[in-house]
Amino acid sequence: MPPTSAASSSSATEAPPARPVPRDGAVTVLMRVPGALPVLTFATILVVWEFATWVFSIPSYVLPAPSRIATGFDAVSAERWFQHIWSTLRVALLGYGISILVAIPLAVALTRSEFVNRALYPILVVIQSTPIVAVAPIIIVVLGAGDAPRIVITFLIAFFPLVVSTATGMMATPRELIELSASLRAPAYREITQIRLPFAIPYIFAALKISITLAVIGAVVAEFVAADKGLGYFIQFSTSMFRLPEAWAGLSVLVLMSLTLFQSVTLAQRLLFPWSLPKKRR
Amino acid sequence: MGQAAAFAERPRALGPSIRFENTGQVFQTDEGPLEALRGVNFAMDHHEFVAVLGPSGCGKSTLLRIIAGLIAPTSGRVDVFGKPVTGPRDDIGIVFQAPTLLSWASVEDNVVFPIRHKTGRVGEADRARARDILASVGLEGFSKRMPDELSGGMQQRVGIARALLMDPDILLMDEPFSALDALTREELGFELLKIWEARPKTVLFITHSIAEAVLLADRVLVMSERPGRIIEDLAIDLPRPRGIETTTDNRMHDYAAHLRSLLVKRH
Repeated sequence: MPPTSAASSSSATEAPPARPVPRDGAVTVLMRVPGALPVLTFATILVVWEFATWVFSIPSYVLPAPSRIATGFDAVSAERWFQHIWSTLRVALLGYGISILVAIPLAVALTRSEFVNRALYPILVVIQSTPIVAVAPIIIVVLGAGDAPRIVITFLIAFFPLVVSTATGMMATPRELIELSASLRAPAYREITQIRLPFAIPYIFAALKISITLAVIGAVVAEFVAADKGLGYFIQFSTSMFRLPEAWAGLSVLVLMSLTLFQSVTLAQRLLFPWSLPKKRR
Repeated sequence: MGQAAAFAERPRALGPSIRFENTGQVFQTDEGPLEALRGVNFAMDHHEFVAVLGPSGCGKSTLLRIIAGLIAPTSGRVDVFGKPVTGPRDDIGIVFQAPTLLSWASVEDNVVFPIRHKTGRVGEADRARARDILASVGLEGFSKRMPDELSGGMQQRVGIARALLMDPDILLMDEPFSALDALTREELGFELLKIWEARPKTVLFITHSIAEAVLLADRVLVMSERPGRIIEDLAIDLPRPRGIETTTDNRMHDYAAHLRSLLVKRH
């Protein structure tokens, strides 16, 4: 429609659009505000959930209403909550940290040496194929009380994706870059530190994101087997006492912890290695 | 200094800078031996610009990698500056088909990378030199950009700047412009000639493009299909400095037609 037709329209001050411009409807606004849509989805689920438990009189041991779960937080003191959280967080982070410290040098060794690769890779696959949950009780018996067995269990669950992904990234380095290194007759370690490892950064972070959530799983699994503190312990204890709202409260905290850790890894990548992200996500 | 003066200095009397003598290359692969080169003979003068044409998989890149000292020939010999190649040398720069820049490093860091990689540290003088070279390839002011902010043509300019950093006597180029669009390709070709005329060096330029080979080179070598041999050694007697007007020179079309007949016949 030509703009000149505006003169004949009722409001002469507003020129009508030459072509239809999408109206700022509720959907468009929601799409534009970052985070608005997931928050709204989540809120909707909570409301439906609350409503459903009330309408269908679902007993709280089957599915407690969100409001009932909220009261579950009052069951223990804030201080006790922090003890639980810290206990799980400490094990998860220590296990995660050791995974990184072991996995990256191991990946370097696997890619550098055919000997190491042939000798160790089958063992790694065996470890990965073993259900760690099933080994956990054995590890607890062997290593006794304390954090050590829990950290070992966490480590065993978290480290494999890191090794595989780091090694894959290092092997994916373009042949030309390796030839460039060879043509410069640079020391072999610099091919690793200045070419292969930086090249593997996107691969490493993909695995770091997977492993951080696995580390939380590892810590919780360990607490299920033997612990007197921690969110996993709290959930198991509450369930055994048939206090389901408290178990759900513990679960919510656990999910929140896992999410926070995951987001921290994402943030670390964005701050430290922005080039490793697709352009629009920097 | 005028360009004519630079040409007058071309020291042909120094003897060949690169010399292949009955060179063969057989790769051991999982499917058995693969003969990439057979009985390759040619020599290049100092500061000569030689283009190598040939069908895909004819061993052109193998030729380049042998000169670079990245692989050793399985038979015959290859001399660089009168001595057999025993490994990579400092006076050779390589430009690859893909620019293969470090995506985590700025343009300037990419250009100084050979020094950082070789010696472990980079001085301000190296950086100043990198900026000079970047300016000479038309990338002044792009030092701090990241590679993925540049177009394909600009990325390859960075690749060329990186190869020129140590001012090598020999420049090996492995289809450096083949990923670029036709216009960018021609533009970069002429810029390469300017760089070469200002700082003469021996250039081995591998390409798929007959026009590019004739336009840029003093001589064009044509390789056969695998196992690669040199089946033609054609001197391109077109005046230098060459530019856009060279493309309309009738002799250029004669050369191109001759080369095309050789390449087509072999298919």
